[in-house]
Amino acid sequence: MSHVVSPIREKLVTGGKSYSDVTHDICKQVEGEPTKEWKIAFGISCLVFIYGAYCLFYTWWQGIGVWGLNKTVGWAWDITNFVWWVGIGHAGTLISAVLLLFRQKWRTSINRSAEAMTIFAVLCAASFILAHMGRPWLAHWALPLPNAFGSLWVNFNSPLVWDVFAISTYLSVSLLFWYMGLVPDLATIRDRATTAGRKFWYGLFSLGWTGSSKTWARYEYMSLILAGISTPLVLSVHTIVSMDFATSVIPGWHTTIFPPYFVAGAIFSGFAMVQTLLLITRVVFKLEDYITIEHIEMMNIVVTVTGSVVGIAYLTEFFIAWYSGVEYESYAFINRATGPYWWAYWMMMTCNVISPQLFWSKAIRTNLMVSFFLSIVVNVGMWFERFVIIVTSLHRDYIPSSWAMFSPTMYDIGDYIFSFGLFFTLFFLFAKFLPVVNMAEVKSVMKGVSSNFPAKKAKAAKKTEE
Amino acid sequence: MSSTTNYILGVYDDEDEVLHAVTAVKAQGIKIEDVFTPFPIHGLDVAVGHARTRLPIAAFMFGTLGMICALSLISYTMVFDWPMIIGGKDFFALPNWIPVTFEGTVLFTAFGLVTTFCASNNLYPGNKVEPLDLRITDDKFVMAINVDKNKVSAADIKKALKDSGAIEVNTK
Repeated sequence: MSHVVSPIREKLVTGGKSYSDVTHDICKQVEGEPTKEWKIAFGISCLVFIYGAYCLFYTWWQGIGVWGLNKTVGWAWDITNFVWWVGIGHAGTLISAVLLLFRQKWRTSINRSAEAMTIFAVLCAASFILAHMGRPWLAHWALPLPNAFGSLWVNFNSPLVWDVFAISTYLSVSLLFWYMGLVPDLATIRDRATTAGRKFWYGLFSLGWTGSSKTWARYEYMSLILAGISTPLVLSVHTIVSMDFATSVIPGWHTTIFPPYFVAGAIFSGFAMVQTLLLITRVVFKLEDYITIEHIEMMNIVVTVTGSVVGIAYLTEFFIAWYSGVEYESYAFINRATGPYWWAYWMMMTCNVISPQLFWSKAIRTNLMVSFFLSIVVNVGMWFERFVIIVTSLHRDYIPSSWAMFSPTMYDIGDYIFSFGLFFTLFFLFAKFLPVVNMAEVKSVMKGVSSNFPAKKAKAAKKTEE
Repeated sequence: MSSTTNYILGVYDDEDEVLHAVTAVKAQGIKIEDVFTPFPIHGLDVAVGHARTRLPIAAFMFGTLGMICALSLISYTMVFDWPMIIGGKDFFALPNWIPVTFEGTVLFTAFGLVTTFCASNNLYPGNKVEPLDLRITDDKFVMAINVDKNKVSAADIKKALKDSGAIEVNTK
């Protein structure tokens, strides 16, 4: 396999690593005792999780009356958090599926953790969907199951039902894709195992992988097809999420721009979240040779592109509100920018439209501290985007006497904290027990993209090109 | 792999060398059982002589099945079993059903494809394999030749492997 890579490309694996070094560097984390940093971080996220679980339990026990919702603002933090987490999840699929179809080699060292992030983010999103149902133990009523009411079926014309199917398909297909990607690497750990426990568990989940050329050939086809179906799947998910709003008749929601605008926003916030996590992971697990400045820069470029799409969408929305001549629509937008929630609107505009434009400067987009800071800024902005769309559009409805404001209670905040606890607890468990970098894929692209690749290999690669 | 089989293993440490070696060894009339590698090598399956996989066909069929199942369920519930007028639309409101039909198609394709893949490669939880070489999942490329299925003598096979660049020749 000779990789023809332009010499002007930055190296994606640095430090003169051999294949064996890759195995060693990545497996080290799984095989060794947990580090002190990991224990502290995991401990904190468990505490956050426990506090959040208490708040969520209380919400389930008492009902959603404990939230700050009122008759006018019937959706607030619950749906804001749901859309935010689902959006964040999109980056993992983008990196593993879309970049695979585009044959982007830089995806290989980051796809594993990005996909893990997708799964955990979708689980966090699901916690809000369950909670906002009020009676979560009846969640199965959203599925078309035969029942004692007729059978009274679900309404397949409703975007809320579409969403149930979209999110559950997305979660299960992402999990499957991620797991199949893990199988060869689990086999690596199985074959290196020195303890009976590790040999058993990694042996169990590596399904008897042998690495035969026939299996690999089929595996490649399978990955390609999974990527091919995951690409429209991921686009469909946020499209359908946006239709929860767009098919309603609320001014500010009833717009045809929502599907592409939501998808762009999802990728935007997701890449920012991947960036936040990777910048921590590469330092904590000493993966600087695999997740290089080049990777960070590529991610920042995607953030700028999608951030610009989002910016254009905001401006288009505003323009159309005026140009359509619909008074209610115009009012909804003027109210967003200058009404009582103006601060949320301008927070969103600053974080999402202005801040990613800083990445036009190479010095900024290759600076780790600034990238880390801006990745968090982007996610703050994207949370406010959903808050603005949901709360600001609802709080002033058609009858001025029912106009109201929304203020969160400790359970609104506590349930949000729960999702962070869940997300980070799962992420730290993943980072300890599973290889955070896809070893097989990194090895498969190393020739050509690795700096100082051992001389014998380089010579052999040259021979192939001839 | 059963332990009674008589294998000769050529161990290589470079993916390009093993790819060339497959062609070189085959040219001497030696039948290769399989090549085991730590990562996919493009063109290796063709060089070894494996037939092209039919997984895409399976995926397509599962997708079609998913689409039919989703559309049947929706039509049955919305048109026949309990029709309801929603927004003054027809009972048979096909455009509204596209999202769920699409999700059903993707779900069936993904699970059907992965199940077929696992079944055709004998992959299942708890499958205990004895790797021909533990370094296959690390950094070594192993060409396995079944002596009993070859007319060429074991000594000639070993020589052919050495000549093609194998760093070690083992038997198992």
